[in-house]
Amino acid sequence: MNNFYKKHIPYLFLIPAIVLLLIFFFIPFFQTIILSLKDYSQDIYNPVFCGLKNYKILLHSKEFYTVLFNTFFFLILAVPVLTVVPLLVAIFINQKIKGITLYKILIYLPVVVSIVVVAIAFKWIYAQEGILNYFISLTGIKPIGWLTDTHFAMLSVAIVTIYKGIGYYMMIYLSALLGVPKDLYEAAETDGAGNFQKHLNVTIPHIMPTIALVVTISSISALKVFAEIYVMTKGGPLNSTKTMVYYIYERAFENLDLSAASAASCVLLVVILIFSLINITFFENKRYKL
Amino acid sequence: MIRKFLNGLTAHSFLIFISFLSIFPFLWLISTALKGAEENIFMYPPYFIPKNFTLDNFIGVWHQIPFLLYFLNSFIVAAFTVILNLIFSSLAAYPLARMNFKGKNFIFTLILITIMIPFQAIMLPVYLIVLKLHLVDSYGITAGYLGLILPFAVNAFGIFLMRQAFLTLPKELEEAAFIDGCSIFTIWLKILLPLTSPTLAVLAIFTFIGSWGEFLWPSIVLTNKTLYTLPVGVNDLQGMFSANWRFIAAGSIISIIPIIIFFLCMQKYFISGSAEGSIKG
Repeated sequence: MNNFYKKHIPYLFLIPAIVLLLIFFFIPFFQTIILSLKDYSQDIYNPVFCGLKNYKILLHSKEFYTVLFNTFFFLILAVPVLTVVPLLVAIFINQKIKGITLYKILIYLPVVVSIVVVAIAFKWIYAQEGILNYFISLTGIKPIGWLTDTHFAMLSVAIVTIYKGIGYYMMIYLSALLGVPKDLYEAAETDGAGNFQKHLNVTIPHIMPTIALVVTISSISALKVFAEIYVMTKGGPLNSTKTMVYYIYERAFENLDLSAASAASCVLLVVILIFSLINITFFENKRYKL
Repeated sequence: MIRKFLNGLTAHSFLIFISFLSIFPFLWLISTALKGAEENIFMYPPYFIPKNFTLDNFIGVWHQIPFLLYFLNSFIVAAFTVILNLIFSSLAAYPLARMNFKGKNFIFTLILITIMIPFQAIMLPVYLIVLKLHLVDSYGITAGYLGLILPFAVNAFGIFLMRQAFLTLPKELEEAAFIDGCSIFTIWLKILLPLTSPTLAVLAIFTFIGSWGEFLWPSIVLTNKTLYTLPVGVNDLQGMFSANWRFIAAGSIISIIPIIIFFLCMQKYFISGSAEGSIKG
């Protein structure tokens, strides 16, 4: 059996994947770090090594603090809702009622549709004379500039992200709910627990690892938000929706400020690595066991 | 009995409400797109059923935007991304699942590390590399396609998923085939791949959806409109018809028809729960 697989064969099978990962992951990864240590402001074709200068500039820029604040503000708006609402939906769907497949299809639909179309649809809903402001006006409130008022723009963007994510996290919860032993519910029922208590005392503790998983993966994807912002606000009004990835995009591809872009990329990299490490150490370590 | 009925009622009302919210943005786009030029689409109170029902907006936007071309581009990019992912992931997964060799754990760890590296943080160097390799549309259409496909042609999730699938197969199958004189490659192609086709299907479908909806990367690399994929083309609608919401709405709806048909045909893969959480780009 030992000679069954010749020595070089494993590597032959691995080569295509390894080469691609090297070119499009590992080299860019190290390049991001190297670029962030170079000064491109004098001559974009002949950058000079400048130590941590780019980071110093970044940390003295007011805009960058706004960007950091916005990114975490967005995370705080989106993650709690994306953790709780899909769980509620999943609990309702997990009951034996008719039409479950149809409900699942309708609720999952926004997940498969391109984020660009979803963002356009919401832009139309959010329009100054749009349908949302009509409903608001029924309660006597004046029209709100959902995407043009600095107080509301980030909330409006977060609503789109939440809308697009509910179906996805619902499915994660659904597969976790299948693993909750049925007799625990029966036991709770004979103890006279109501529906709410039943879920509070049986479901929630049982799927706690999945809840934690949803928190970390929705946080990581919140940190990477881009398309919603690009399509709806372009980071505005007054930078109020400019998040990390949008900032990097703008610096790198619109202002050709490679120094700031790569320093900001490294910051993003570190933040996401921390979240990923938390995720892998605590929640997914079993999945990736060697 | 009454309590059960009430529970059912609560569940249905809640789920109908959520389902309605889920499709409302699309219904509202469709409603807007079907309204005639004489209608005021900003009218208060808003109304849902068009008074002068018309397909003019769909026809108009269809004539101005090359949807078939964008569709074709999206399809080419997504299809090749899927094919390459299936081939490379299952190739790489085979030795990782079955063979013992030097550096196995190191290589597998390296692959898993890429899961933690967000594309958004390395996209600038990836762009510089793609430029250096001449894989952008200014070097021709094929180069443009390759630039869209290759950075996503392999994915650690895919390798991981295929490795898990191979691990569940009994080793005796391969041994028997080997004794019959099959080469390792033949065993991979003729025995392992067919047996893991359900996993391959899941990988294919989720990679397809991911590639089809990708927006950030194509909007960075594409300069030539003839290579626009649907998301980039649809985003362009906003600039082209700045205030014409009827056309923007009609164009957006046209653009999602293919993926909705695909979703409805493959819905069992999406909503069965078997694949959930295993893939997320």
